[in-house]
Amino acid sequence: MSENLISMEAKNLTKAYRRGAEEITAVNSVSLEINKGEFVSIIGPSGSGKTTLVNLLGCLDNPTAGELYLGGRSIFGKGKRLSERDLTKIRRETFGYIFQNFYLIPTLTVMENVILPLTFYRKPNTEHEAEKLLNLLGIEHRKDHLPGQISGGEMQRVAIARAMVNMPEILLADEPTGNLDTKRSVEIVEVLRVLNRNVGLTIIMVTHNQELARYADRMFEMKDGQLCEIEVPTGNTVTRAASQRLS
Amino acid sequence: MITKFQIAYKNLLRKRVRSLLTLMGIAVSAWVLVSLLGFNQGYETSLNKDIDNMGFQLMVMAKGCPYEAATMMLKGGTGLKYMDESIMKDVAKEPEVEKITPILMSAVFDANKGESGGIAGYFGVEPKSFAEMKPFLKFRQGGWFTDTNSYEAVMGYEAAELEQREVGDEILMPEKNVKFKVVGILNRTGTQDDGTIFVPLKTTQKIFNRPNEITTIGIKLKKGVNSAPLEEKLYQLPDVQIVSLAQVKDTIMKLISTAQVMVLSIATIAILIAIVGVINTILTSVWERFQEIGILKTVGAMPWDIFKLIWIETVILCTTGGVIGVILALILSRITDMVMRAVLPYAPSGGLVLIDFKLILITLVGIVCIGLLSGIYPAWRAGRIRPLEAIRGEAAR
Ligand SMILES: Nc1ncnc2c1ncn2[C@@H]1O[C@H](COP(=O)(O)OP(=O)(O)OP(=O)(O)O)[C@@H](O)[C@H]1O
Ligand SMILES: [Mg+2]
Repeated sequence: MSENLISMEAKNLTKAYRRGAEEITAVNSVSLEINKGEFVSIIGPSGSGKTTLVNLLGCLDNPTAGELYLGGRSIFGKGKRLSERDLTKIRRETFGYIFQNFYLIPTLTVMENVILPLTFYRKPNTEHEAEKLLNLLGIEHRKDHLPGQISGGEMQRVAIARAMVNMPEILLADEPTGNLDTKRSVEIVEVLRVLNRNVGLTIIMVTHNQELARYADRMFEMKDGQLCEIEVPTGNTVTRAASQRLS
Repeated sequence: MITKFQIAYKNLLRKRVRSLLTLMGIAVSAWVLVSLLGFNQGYETSLNKDIDNMGFQLMVMAKGCPYEAATMMLKGGTGLKYMDESIMKDVAKEPEVEKITPILMSAVFDANKGESGGIAGYFGVEPKSFAEMKPFLKFRQGGWFTDTNSYEAVMGYEAAELEQREVGDEILMPEKNVKFKVVGILNRTGTQDDGTIFVPLKTTQKIFNRPNEITTIGIKLKKGVNSAPLEEKLYQLPDVQIVSLAQVKDTIMKLISTAQVMVLSIATIAILIAIVGVINTILTSVWERFQEIGILKTVGAMPWDIFKLIWIETVILCTTGGVIGVILALILSRITDMVMRAVLPYAPSGGLVLIDFKLILITLVGIVCIGLLSGIYPAWRAGRIRPLEAIRGEAAR
């Protein structure tokens, strides 16, 4: 596989927390390679280190040890740590984030929330991105509403649009459906699938839900800080049906 | 595009009551500050005007308390001391003197003045020399009397207004029961002259049984002359004292400066409280938005962006509060004037509170600077919030 197809590469990524005398290795020597345009899901029990890993991959946190490369560029490794400032630059160039909580600004309308990132940073050729995203995510008719006036599923769509407005290469989603009911959860993951297919977006999604994890191209399971790839379960009709329906 | 300014002001609208209270704190302290600074310059300006409008720089008076004499000259009052007219010759011959005019101040109790009666000031003057000394006095109606023995009167603007008199009407001097014919009414001067009634000198001497006596000689100096040597010389005359209006002004300003120091301390305290209020409000709202701010950082905001965002909020608060305070000060300046007049031992007759464009500008610039300063700490704290802590929901203070 040629270098520029690899979106992200982690080598022996480790994160240890100190709690008093005891040391907790939340992420223990994780190595993985994610290609451009892949939809990856991570499952695992609570406390297994999923959030910690995703934060490391998303450059929200510095690892204790190990290396991280983005598109071939070394970010962490061999004692190299980046300043918060440099991390911010990398983050806004490369990543979009969504979380279990939507963190919308309640005083701004849906549209204003979506274009908020452009106040701070704007990639070229992103002029019509917001409109397109609202259409694609089916919340165009809500654009002048305040976050308090729309449903949870719609709020998460707004958060997705906000994460996408600067056209990131990689979307990190830590339990994006954690606050939603089953129906809405499926809708959100289908939306992610569409973005993955249509825009070629790389997605790393953490979830507790096996069914939702199956939408991904590749599945990983986290256990006690260690990551192992597992087969996407066969008989995966949901995915195929859904992606056919949506694409 | 949504600007940082929009984000900031929309956030202030989120907690309306809190923002409003903070705004009021700033507005009130700005109001106090502008009013007090306006008072500081207004008082001196009015005092200068009063003193300039006397038309003379030195007064010769019979020996007595100089302050009393001075206040009486400015305010009208009792406790008069008399000296002989003949002293005028000695004064007039000094080379520094340009003009002199004799005055016999008198005060009568007027039972009809105000609610419980009041003092009416009658100044016996020599029309020719007095008019020359005060060429700026203009008549609304009529003119000066010409005979110093006649029973004619010139009324100050307010005196005429109070008594409802026109030229040709008669006025009755209370206590003495003497009638005067009004021959002139002065324009408003904004000084003590407005409330005074001027009558001929000789007539006054007769009525009050003070033949050839006067209370005051006003001395106008030649241009550019130093008054000190003249004062020395005049002190050699028997039983007189010299009151320099410049000294009077200094003395009054010294008395007032104590009051000024006090009110400025009050203003300083008000401003300090307002600053603490602003810092507290903004800091609270930063902690409340800990996660939101963290999220702004994940969507690409640099610490400096967050800093500006929070800073703009303080500046909006302070600027708006400052503007409201200045408007309040302008609207309420008459009330401030009345309050000051009530508490001060002596107030000149002109406006006490003078708020001009320069003062407004200085105050607003000052308040915006204070806003910028008080915004620094909350803004810096907000800028340091790390996105990771925010999403973990740790409020690491
Ligand atoms: N800031 C921290 N300080 C100390 N320990 C931490 C910190 N963050 C996480 N941990 C510990 O690291 C381990 C992994 O936590 P992490 O949040 O990554 O798990 P998770 O798989 O995301 O769990 P969940 O499914 O509940 O979200 C846990 O034992 C947790 O207590
Ligand atoms: Mg987690």
